[in-house]
Amino acid sequence: MAIAKKLGAALLLFGSLGGCATPGGNPADPLEPLNRSVFIFNDTVDGAIMKPVARGYRAVLPRFVRTGVTNFFSNLQDVWISVNDFLQGKVQQGVEDGSRFLFNSTFGLAGILDVASSWGLEKHDEDFGQTLGRWGVGTGAYLVLPILGPSTVRDGLGLLVDFQTDLVWRIDDVPVRNSLVTLRFIDRRANLLDTTNVLEEAALDKYAFVRDAWLQRRRNLVYDGNPPRERSESDEDSP
Amino acid sequence: MRNLLIVIAAFAVPLAHAEDLAPDVLVKTISEEVIGIIKQDKEIQAGNPKKIAALIETKVLPHFDFTRMTRLAMGRNWRLASSEQQSELTVQFKTLLVRTYSTALTAYRDQVIDYKPLRARPEDMEVTVRCEVKQPGGQPVSLEYEMEKTSNSWKIYDVKIDGVSLVTTYRETFAAEVRERGVDGLIKSLAAKNSQSETRSGSG
Repeated sequence: MAIAKKLGAALLLFGSLGGCATPGGNPADPLEPLNRSVFIFNDTVDGAIMKPVARGYRAVLPRFVRTGVTNFFSNLQDVWISVNDFLQGKVQQGVEDGSRFLFNSTFGLAGILDVASSWGLEKHDEDFGQTLGRWGVGTGAYLVLPILGPSTVRDGLGLLVDFQTDLVWRIDDVPVRNSLVTLRFIDRRANLLDTTNVLEEAALDKYAFVRDAWLQRRRNLVYDGNPPRERSESDEDSP
Repeated sequence: MRNLLIVIAAFAVPLAHAEDLAPDVLVKTISEEVIGIIKQDKEIQAGNPKKIAALIETKVLPHFDFTRMTRLAMGRNWRLASSEQQSELTVQFKTLLVRTYSTALTAYRDQVIDYKPLRARPEDMEVTVRCEVKQPGGQPVSLEYEMEKTSNSWKIYDVKIDGVSLVTTYRETFAAEVRERGVDGLIKSLAAKNSQSETRSGSG
């Protein structure tokens, strides 16, 4: 896992730099100048390669095929999601997500159909970064990772563990593995096309918009949709 | 006497429109109405900007409190702005939000919306109306409308998508602009963004 090692080294470097804050900016983002340059790099690569490929993918394949691809990868993820449920003490959800994998792998034809959702077993979103958050680990500085995009020190470390347990990366046959990893990347990007279109329209400063939306979303995920209210939110509202 | 009651009732029904509706019923009514129109209108589905704008203008905008949204996004800086600047900010921010919302509407496919029961007391002046949008291959997306009771009806002052508040997401950007270029600088940036989007959607 050479990538994982490099990522780890980079994270440690970023983490140790976390002390120097830029005056006046978002306190969660002390590395803003560095992050901005990575963001511009990612955005350029996205515009040149990933977005056009994702558009082509969406134009060529009918929706039911694309949904099948999304479901297939989503099903493989459910195993690790279930483990994270248990690590976070959510036993019932862990059993449900484990059952999702069993039902979808069998009745859902290797996960291509999400039969479990129609049987009332809803999909959940968990990863090791969220588990760390649940255990009380703070996010640390906001980080923009090359290619992978928005993250934090905590979620970056979580991602390293997610990588190690990723079933697709564990496939021994290298061409098969690489094809699946690529397909998954395209599938994810294609599913985000609508979101990024809205983003282009919405953001005054795309970097800050993505950061502030992403940090809120991660917080919401850690608290499973019920984050405690932040103090500053209501204070500044009073006229 | 009975005839009179029927006459009164008949007139009262159209008047009862937005005024008396409970916040969750209001959200559901607007959503179903808008989705119903999108489903029937091929031009809206194809992204006809004029039709979408008209739909939003008549069905959606009256239920939002844009002044409060702008005030929340400005945070402490709201008080730095003169009343002319405040109204100019509101106009520009509204234009930006409407345009964003139109883009989001054209992305609507056959997602199913699940309306959650309202948890509120009758005397509450502010409530959160919750829904979930179900989509294939993913966890349902939660939609929360933060609403306030005004003199004539309930109004939305923030929308949270999967916990991401529309208003909060703009707060840091607005603060940075005001810090670097003042309130007028922010107004100029918003206006520039709006006119840039306009030329883009006009050309294709």
